[in-house]
Amino acid sequence: MDTLKKTFVLKGTAVSPGMVIGKAYLFDRLDAQISYYKLDDPLLIIKEIKRLRTALLESEKQLLEVKKKLSHLKVTEPLYIIDVQIMILKDRRLQSRTIRYIRKMGVNAEWAVRMTVDKYREIFDKIEDEYLKGRFSDIRNVGQMILRNLGGERRQVISDIGEGVIIISSDLSPADTAQMKIEKVRGFATDIGGKTSHTAIVARSLEIPAVVGLESITRRVRTSDTLIIDGSAGLVIVNPDPEMIRRYEDKKRHFEEAKAISLKDAALPAVTRDDYHVSIGGNIEFIEEIPSAITHGADGIGLYRTEFIYINREHLPTEEDHFANYKRVVETEKLAWSTIRTFDLGGDKFLSDPKLAKEMNPQMGLRAIRFCLKEVELFKIQLRAMIRASAFGRIRILFPMISGIEEIREAKRILFEVRNDLLAQGVAFNDHIEIGVMIEVPSAVVIADKLAREVDFFSIGTNDLIQYALAIDRVNERVTYLYEPLHPAVLRLIRHVVKTGHRAGIRVAMCGEMAGEPAYTMILLGLELDELSMNPLAIPRVKEIIRGSTMKESRALLKKVMTFSSAVEIREYVEQTMRERFPEEFQINEQ
Amino acid sequence: MEQIKTFEIKNKLGMHARVAAKLVKVATRFKSRIYFEKDGQEVNGKSLLGILTLACPKGSRLIVRAEGMDAPEAMAALGQLIESKFDEE
Repeated sequence: MDTLKKTFVLKGTAVSPGMVIGKAYLFDRLDAQISYYKLDDPLLIIKEIKRLRTALLESEKQLLEVKKKLSHLKVTEPLYIIDVQIMILKDRRLQSRTIRYIRKMGVNAEWAVRMTVDKYREIFDKIEDEYLKGRFSDIRNVGQMILRNLGGERRQVISDIGEGVIIISSDLSPADTAQMKIEKVRGFATDIGGKTSHTAIVARSLEIPAVVGLESITRRVRTSDTLIIDGSAGLVIVNPDPEMIRRYEDKKRHFEEAKAISLKDAALPAVTRDDYHVSIGGNIEFIEEIPSAITHGADGIGLYRTEFIYINREHLPTEEDHFANYKRVVETEKLAWSTIRTFDLGGDKFLSDPKLAKEMNPQMGLRAIRFCLKEVELFKIQLRAMIRASAFGRIRILFPMISGIEEIREAKRILFEVRNDLLAQGVAFNDHIEIGVMIEVPSAVVIADKLAREVDFFSIGTNDLIQYALAIDRVNERVTYLYEPLHPAVLRLIRHVVKTGHRAGIRVAMCGEMAGEPAYTMILLGLELDELSMNPLAIPRVKEIIRGSTMKESRALLKKVMTFSSAVEIREYVEQTMRERFPEEFQINEQ
Repeated sequence: MEQIKTFEIKNKLGMHARVAAKLVKVATRFKSRIYFEKDGQEVNGKSLLGILTLACPKGSRLIVRAEGMDAPEAMAALGQLIESKFDEE
């Protein structure tokens, strides 16, 4: 090992707890891991050109396939992007330039592609018009595609590294994680992002440490550098000395032990000392997470995010693809119920290529229920599979992003239509499926009384609700400091939803990140939520707090903080109360 | 046969990728060689990247040159596309 390398520490936001010591792998979408070699033999050069041509043809074929796959959607914008990319791919200048590099300079095809892309980068950098300048991204994407086809660069590299790697990247999109051999990844460290960015969510669901918002890590770390990721403290230690490594191995062991201890009580019910029962759900994205949800003490699945059924695959999922997943969840004996959310497509989670749904403001764009109601045929495929799964266990269907009454009525109408079709076809299903809406758009809070008449339950999605209510772009790290679950406005919104739901006689759940934060548990008890659904790892601690509290003191705490006018006061008071009430739980959490 | 004509780019975003793609689609329908010129820089009209590197924002003047048997038809089709603001607005 290189002993001359300097040790340094980078600080970011801790988003997924735990420690890992390992090798860095710089996931730079294009530039990483392109090797350079010289070809001396003219025969090799001819072979290399042939290899390039094959990769070009292969790329074109793939793009045409994607186009075909999407052509039945009424969205025209993505198709144009594909056309543009095909044209770039077939561009004579691009091809001849690349071939010339191979021929004249005797470099390998990968290197030549990189040089061509760099050349265009140079040309486009000179363009003053910002919009046209931005078009370079299409060329870069095409370059990536050719590189991938030249030898499956990335997949191979990540899977080749035997012992697992720590992924270093500026940010990760679902498409990026979809192409990783995810089981080889032992940690994440990124330049940008916050607690609710995709990297954070993936890391938590995989139970691997992650630190985001490190600003400069991609510039300061190279592939194969030794790193320590402390996902509990938000630190990345680069090139640690042996002493530091030993210390962290110790820390890591403690962390694992603490996790093991809390698991012992994980199966105990979440009942307060004065006998108030709270249902505990696990949030999952993959059926592979079911065992973890159960061992961590979930009574049911409170939120099954179905987007990954669409991502991570070559073709649009069929009804059977959906069904196989839903059946697995629903029929799991130890789960009392499973809440499955219809697809929250759009934004950056659309199919395998986030470029396809490029919108100015995707969070508020054509996504979730809005998209479903436009692409009814796609929607029906998923609904059919859900209804069919109801024959195998208790399923609840949850519709995301409802902002007005028409959306839920229309969704229900379509669901009913699908049900009638199935009935006519003699397919078995349970006719008592509970239907719920996500309460995550502020307008839904305001009309909660009307929505309550349409559904069997509410599920409050705090991530989005907070983001929309406080007008914070949750991926913009310059404003994440304003993201505050304990904002009095947020607490009032939640209180209103619970009260309104209960007045109408329906259950109110919470499935956002807020539900899994032990420091908020007493507040949430005070708010009288019927169900808390969270990342499975968070369950044992939250359950422990519930078992140690009383409803009486929780209500008193809530009543007290509702008299405060600022989030700062509320936070201080809540944290102090929790520290006093649960000294062992909260002493380490000091920042 | 050679035809030369000057056009003004009138659509808001200038000659962006989608618009350029439309130009290429039309240009490749014809046998004639087609060139676009702006500020003394000339590119192949059948190359998307070429057109993009010309960087034509709104208001730029574009010289279209068609050379070949079907040059008049090509010019008419391209002219119609540019004048209609590429059916974008």
